[in-house]
Amino acid sequence: MTNYFTYPLNTTGLLRKKRALRRDLLSNRKDLDDKRIAILGGSTTAEVRDMLELFLLHAGIRPVFYESEYNRYFEDVMFPESGLKDFRPEIIHIHTTNLNIRRFPALNESCEAIEELLADEMNRFSGLWERIEQDYGCPVIQNNFELPHYRLMGNLDAYDRHGRTTFISMLNHRFAEEARKRKNLYLNDINYLSAWFGLERWHDRLFWHSYKYAMNYEAIPLLADSIASIIRSIYGKAKKCLVLDLDNTLWGGVIGDDGLQGIRIGKETPEAEAYTEFQRYVRELKERGVLLAVCSKNDEANAREGFTHPDSILSADDFAAFIANWDPKHENILRIAETLNIGIDSLVFVDDNPVEREIVRAQLAEVTVPELGSDIVKYIDILDKTGLFETVSLSADDLQRNMFYVANTERAKQQEQFASYDDFLRSLDMVAEIAPFSTLYLDRIAQLTNKTNQFNLTTRRYTLAEMAAMSCDQNRITLYGRLRDRFGDNGIVSVMAGIIKETELHIELWLMSCRVLKRGMEAAMLDSLVERAKTRNLSGIVGYYYPTAKNGMVKDLYAEMGFRQLTDTIDIGTAWYLDISENCSKKNTFITVTP
Amino acid sequence: MKNLSIQERMSEVFRDVLDNDAIILTRETTADDIEEWDSLSHITIIVAIEKEFNVKFNLSDIKPLRNIGEFEDLIVLKTGIKG
Repeated sequence: MTNYFTYPLNTTGLLRKKRALRRDLLSNRKDLDDKRIAILGGSTTAEVRDMLELFLLHAGIRPVFYESEYNRYFEDVMFPESGLKDFRPEIIHIHTTNLNIRRFPALNESCEAIEELLADEMNRFSGLWERIEQDYGCPVIQNNFELPHYRLMGNLDAYDRHGRTTFISMLNHRFAEEARKRKNLYLNDINYLSAWFGLERWHDRLFWHSYKYAMNYEAIPLLADSIASIIRSIYGKAKKCLVLDLDNTLWGGVIGDDGLQGIRIGKETPEAEAYTEFQRYVRELKERGVLLAVCSKNDEANAREGFTHPDSILSADDFAAFIANWDPKHENILRIAETLNIGIDSLVFVDDNPVEREIVRAQLAEVTVPELGSDIVKYIDILDKTGLFETVSLSADDLQRNMFYVANTERAKQQEQFASYDDFLRSLDMVAEIAPFSTLYLDRIAQLTNKTNQFNLTTRRYTLAEMAAMSCDQNRITLYGRLRDRFGDNGIVSVMAGIIKETELHIELWLMSCRVLKRGMEAAMLDSLVERAKTRNLSGIVGYYYPTAKNGMVKDLYAEMGFRQLTDTIDIGTAWYLDISENCSKKNTFITVTP
Repeated sequence: MKNLSIQERMSEVFRDVLDNDAIILTRETTADDIEEWDSLSHITIIVAIEKEFNVKFNLSDIKPLRNIGEFEDLIVLKTGIKG
């Protein structure tokens, strides 16, 4: 099944066998998240819906769709009597293309008139986005525009103000400006997609005239994959770590046999250049926040030696985990997930050897294993076009993530030198900043909330807009926690939120990044919550634990923190109570809390 | 694959697209005979047939097809394969 969903996409198979694939996906996957997704089209969207459903099911999301009537995207949003309101969308995809641009400049129009035309077109779309924000507050995935089917003025079309190519480029530029400003607006870059697919094929006039599809039928799986990547990313389902083989993956040749002088990397041969380019791509991924890990069948000394090659772009320090031995790779991959405290399903395994790929696929179904082939010049395309590491925003934490993990490795070394774990914790000089949600950190707070699976008591997901609303709600107490220690800043690592009902605070969110496990941060967070609840004259805190496939590690947390279990059953999970009216002792001993 | 007739290959495409293994096409079969064969799945069938036989239909090809027999004749005409 996997090979239908990784690059290069088997578009023919996806379209021809979609019904059987859908059946298989629905029966194979259990823990699916239901999402209500509205597709508002400026052209036919039936196949977009079908393909998007397949890609989302593959990602663990079971969509329920609302589709606008043909070319009613504008009316559906603007006139509330449409069925959209009752549908209560969680995501809206506006599927428009350059065929929906109302009017292009006439050849005799003045600069001012063209500017006005451009503003009119922008206002129409920004009006839509504004209205959606007001009525639904949900993420909008908006297509930008593909280049035109023909160029009336040839090359001049690209720079004369009257050219359609120019007009479309200017619109795309303004869409990008808007997307930078609006928190809930995400662009589906069909301008890139159509160029990649080939504009000549993309503009399928027969399908437009016959069925009102705005693009080649075979481009639709690609388009759906792209939309699904954005949705995966919004819900924190993007991958986190790239696990790499070494020999014939990061350099040509076998370091153990060929030696440092024998491996191919650098500029000497086309093959060496291709490996260098791939290493550069991998390092760029790392700089963007993707974790790197080595998983190689080698003696560790040999494996590390490879990165001392003068032309090696990557160094051994770039990897948050480095495992080179002769154990089976799937066992080592489990170790890597454990070391980095991340879920197995957030790993992508890259190996040139088809046998290793097959074993890992068979043993660890949750790990993504792209069909890499064995041609180094294709590796980048295969990883890049699969959209595994799609991200909807870059937070400061993304850019620093690898540092956090490297610092963790240093902490682990330190730990070995202390008599007791408590001594070790004291030695860290931990300082936490715990405060209500602030706009400045809202991006990171939402990101952490939506991607934390393990230390997460309630596993509720919220959009950025919902979290912004929570932070202003007088009936709620919200907290984020940031932890620094003498090895560095861990960034924002914990989130709590609760809603006040009468004299009790009901916990809606309690989660923490696994990179600060066993540091006492959960105790510091709870102390702060209790303190704030007391100042609001509340008498107790009600905590909830909803079990998922991944959050078993916190099932006893409330008990450990002094809550008593409530006997009244809730639908799923357990409920707990902490009396704060009497003496409720502080739980935190190792962390200094500011402000 | 090579030994299958055009009609058998077409049947295979219809079974895949409509996810119904019971479909057996004859020259007389029309959209009325197969419940799942609606206007939307028709588009998917056209594209899958194009891929199966490595042909590209044009605007005038697609319009007047009344039954599987005419569809088959069109494929023979476009590909030169003998039915």
